[in-house]
Amino acid sequence: MFYREAGQFKTSYGADQAIFPILQDKLALAGIMAVALFVAPMIASTYWLETILVPFLVFSMAAIGLNILTGYCGQVSLGTGGFMACGAFFAYKLTTAFPDLHIVLVFLLSGLGTAMVGILFGIPSLRIKGFYLAVATLAAQFFLIWMFNKFGWWTNYSASGVISAPPRSVAGDLFITGPLASPIVKYLFLVVFVAVLALIAKNLVRSRIGRSWMAIRDMDIAAEIIGIRPMIAKLSAFAISSFYIGIAGALWAFVYTGSVEALAFEINRSFQVLFMIIIGGLGSILGSFLGAAFIVLLPILLNNLPSLIGVQMSVDLIGHLEFMIFGALIIFFLIVEPHGLARLWQIGKEKLRLWPFPY
Amino acid sequence: MRLRDLCVASLGAAVLAAPIVASPALAQNEQFVPLLVYRTGPYAPNGIPLADGQVDYLKLINARDGGINGVTITFEECETQYNNDRGVECYERLKGNGPTGASAFSPFSTGITYALIDRATTDQIPVLSMGYGRADASDGTVFPYVFTLPATYWGQADALIQYISAQEDGNLEGKKIALVYHDSAYGKEPITTLERLSKERGFELSLFPVAHPGLEQKATWLQIGRQLRPDWVLMWGWGVMNSTAIKEAAAVGYPMDRFVGVWWSGAEPDVEPAAAAAKGYKSGAFHAPGADSQMHKDIQELLGDDAADTFGTVLYNRGVINSAIVVEAIRTAMAKYGNKPMTGEQVRWGFENLDLTPERIEEMGMTGFLEPLKITCEDHEGGGKLMVQQWNGEAWEVASDWIEPNREPLRAAYEESAAKYAAEQGITPRDCSKVE
Repeated sequence: MFYREAGQFKTSYGADQAIFPILQDKLALAGIMAVALFVAPMIASTYWLETILVPFLVFSMAAIGLNILTGYCGQVSLGTGGFMACGAFFAYKLTTAFPDLHIVLVFLLSGLGTAMVGILFGIPSLRIKGFYLAVATLAAQFFLIWMFNKFGWWTNYSASGVISAPPRSVAGDLFITGPLASPIVKYLFLVVFVAVLALIAKNLVRSRIGRSWMAIRDMDIAAEIIGIRPMIAKLSAFAISSFYIGIAGALWAFVYTGSVEALAFEINRSFQVLFMIIIGGLGSILGSFLGAAFIVLLPILLNNLPSLIGVQMSVDLIGHLEFMIFGALIIFFLIVEPHGLARLWQIGKEKLRLWPFPY
Repeated sequence: MRLRDLCVASLGAAVLAAPIVASPALAQNEQFVPLLVYRTGPYAPNGIPLADGQVDYLKLINARDGGINGVTITFEECETQYNNDRGVECYERLKGNGPTGASAFSPFSTGITYALIDRATTDQIPVLSMGYGRADASDGTVFPYVFTLPATYWGQADALIQYISAQEDGNLEGKKIALVYHDSAYGKEPITTLERLSKERGFELSLFPVAHPGLEQKATWLQIGRQLRPDWVLMWGWGVMNSTAIKEAAAVGYPMDRFVGVWWSGAEPDVEPAAAAAKGYKSGAFHAPGADSQMHKDIQELLGDDAADTFGTVLYNRGVINSAIVVEAIRTAMAKYGNKPMTGEQVRWGFENLDLTPERIEEMGMTGFLEPLKITCEDHEGGGKLMVQQWNGEAWEVASDWIEPNREPLRAAYEESAAKYAAEQGITPRDCSKVE
């Protein structure tokens, strides 16, 4: 009834190929962006901004990155944590060596640096596939963390190997890192930054290069026969995926925690991002956001739930319950919809179009 | 999934997600103390006694003295799982509770301490990193909101080398000392100090990083026990790494009385899994072991069965001291600002003017348990004294006199490191002569 596209005619190729061809989707997106930009900063408390929305946005970025590689190009990677660490340490070295460099530029450059590292560790993908490739990317994970831990140069010889983000502003007094940064500025910066990069990613996967990734994913020999060069396709997927993941790592270290050691990007971080895209939906930009929301927000929600509904429980009991319920929910969602939350949304959308007269 | 199920599910999610902001009941005459604890996760065996000790002392103050100068203490635990992200989440969750906000945070994790320094400085809430965290935060001119009393890892490294030197009749020339450390921010802290001391005193230092969580140490200990054969082994370990190291050291026949851990490697959960093999193992400490001080008797008397099961263990005692220092800082602040709930900034003043004289420690019932301390605007470490304790197979016992770390070189190192941090972060150090 509300979600019908009858009467919405496309009169040009442009309109037909739009990201959101249906008017309701466009309105919904505009509404979400308006809420994110104008309403959320007004009503959200510091707690919400600092510990829920900021990490959610940072992880969404990392999930988009891994989704490009694993979801769209079909190359399984367990090196996400290592690439995030690359982004964080590159950004730290850049901004301490060139304090006048604009922070957005620093993030983009550290993303580019990570892309180079991604290409390097993507080379084995030209020969090996599937689980074997996953093991090869594990090498990236362990090597990179070892490197940042081992050589003091990366941390400017800090005694403990921890890097702290120096204060940097996007413009004037609008600091996004350091003690002067206000949660609202951080949040708004991230919303804009992540939205722009997500839009670019969405367009990339709809373009020629995105189609070549999907062709490689679906059947690499067939793709080669129809004229797609596997080397270009695979390495570009590694490069662009690492670019996003590197920026996510830099944002994690600079905007979210403010100080970070290499250990924060250990193998668990890689699994966390991989679970996000599996739960959210492989091969879907929306899925990256949904998966990040599920993995980041649900444990916090579960942990807060007892005090919200007024039940007195000891913290260790809550902690254990959180693990159990979270695990059960992951299994539940994977059984109900193995293709992830994004697919669930898609099914819902199809049903909504017919509602209330399904046939 | 049918449409109706989908609708129900999404409605349910929305209802659950809606009201996360809990509004605590406001009572006016209450001082809120936040507790970041880890009773679950890989470090729970250490986290549980730490949390118990903190809670019991606060309960004792409420039960015995009716709070601090008539202001009742309220507290709330938040589970961090020793995880930096969750630590930040807990900090944000608890910082605004109570009528005047949180008094002081004690994260009991070096990683969380690092993550909180900026936030706490912005929010004007002191962070008490008691024997962990950033050593150079002892320089109060650069880190006004961070307190490292009674000693830092650098001080511990210095004190342990002094102890070893005393055992070797004052001569360390040509001796071999190995450091087995948790390969993280925490474990790396003592390295620069040990390297400096190795140059000054002429011993040979070998480093053995152990990857988190530290269950794989066979190769490390074969190298130590069979090839290097050092005269002494120091350990900066945490959690399961400690007991694993002690077991592996015993397996290669390394003498336990030449194996000395940091204060986080010297509690019951570290030695008990190694059973008889751990006998003779030593560790640093900044308070005495055991449960025979007046304060312990008070806890037993007033709380009775309400006291935690971990009563009297090393880490329980440490939790008690942590709470005691927070309470004394609040008390000091009240002497200036009046007997009402203190804000974070006022508690910070209390920390900065904290003076635990022997008389005050006697009043607290902690004589012989804790050494005197005095914090100033510049010195956030307070000149605490350290000692070495030894496991006799059943209990920890005192194995040395109180050792005072050599403050001058340490102070110079703190200042140098803090100045570097200040330059990087664009901080102008405070002028302490102008602070009231």
